[in-house]
Amino acid sequence: MPETPVRGRRKPQPAHVLATFAWLALVWWLWSGHTEPMIIGFGVASCLLVVWLSVRMEVVDDEGEPISVALGLLGYVPWLLLEIAKANIHVAGVIWSPRLPIRRRLFSVPTSQASELGNAIYANSITLTPGTVALDVRRDTILVHALTQDSQEGLETGEMDRRVTKLERGWGEA
Amino acid sequence: MLEFASIGILVTMSLALVRALLGPTVYDRILALNLFSTKTVLLIAVAGFLTGRPEWLDLALLYTLISFISLLAVLRFSKYGNLGDDERAKR
Amino acid sequence: MSVIEISSGVLLALGTFFCVTGGIGLLRLPDFYSRAHAGGLPDTLGATLILAGLVLLAGPNLIAVKLVMVGVLLHVTSPTGVHALAKAAYSRGVRAEEDSSE
Repeated sequence: MPETPVRGRRKPQPAHVLATFAWLALVWWLWSGHTEPMIIGFGVASCLLVVWLSVRMEVVDDEGEPISVALGLLGYVPWLLLEIAKANIHVAGVIWSPRLPIRRRLFSVPTSQASELGNAIYANSITLTPGTVALDVRRDTILVHALTQDSQEGLETGEMDRRVTKLERGWGEA
Repeated sequence: MLEFASIGILVTMSLALVRALLGPTVYDRILALNLFSTKTVLLIAVAGFLTGRPEWLDLALLYTLISFISLLAVLRFSKYGNLGDDERAKR
Repeated sequence: MSVIEISSGVLLALGTFFCVTGGIGLLRLPDFYSRAHAGGLPDTLGATLILAGLVLLAGPNLIAVKLVMVGVLLHVTSPTGVHALAKAAYSRGVRAEEDSSE
């Protein structure tokens, strides 16, 4: 389903334009909380202006407005938050322990995502989890710096990779 | 507890400032300043509740975005030596 | 004190603990890359817990929504920033120390 990104002029799909506008309008209303017709008119106008600018900047595609993974994120984010919490407790324990039991290591993990978007989600998840930082995202590996052996082994089980790949396939092929 | 949280955040910010002063590499300093600015966001949010003016959250939101963009700008500058060039033109 | 106030206080205290831990890690850890790990600590769990404590205080209204948005923005921007920083340091040849097995 994810099309290979092509450089150069792309025609934005109506679904992505609509999703961009809906998202902007929702955020505008939640942040302002106004209900007067005139103010809402200003809000709609500014949202339209931003949509027009985004289309002109060629960022309205599945990378800028990833509607294909939106549903999958609902399942992925809670799992990721739990992993982050566990990793936080682990790293906090390392920092507070008097002899600082770290074992720094550089290593590569394979990635199985098809799209750049999937790759970016995976790399960001790695960095978001304390104890591992993505240093360099390559074609089908990511160079990672790990703080401790536990952090490294946790990532090398490949569970996060599998979950992101599942997320990336979206509702179409799951 | 709000007072305790704001003091804790201020302590964290001071620790980050110490690291920014010590260095040793420029990346350590940027890392410390990045931590400093995200803590500023939390401090604004907590202080808004502390003074009974949660509208300050708008400032916190704006500050998150500005600090993120300025971090990327600094990194871009340190990598390319300028801010204006189109990255695609260099490929 | 109500139940909500107590649980919000607990969340705020825990979040503050993780924030300060991150600050101490930033000072204690020996090189740039390991400090990047410590920088993630207050940005993730620390911020989440503190914002969750504030959400409990705010109650269900637009302010709570804004607090959640601050949290989401922090979670999206923090790893991108740290990754960009670490990548810049790596490509500029800041050496990553490696420890032998314990």
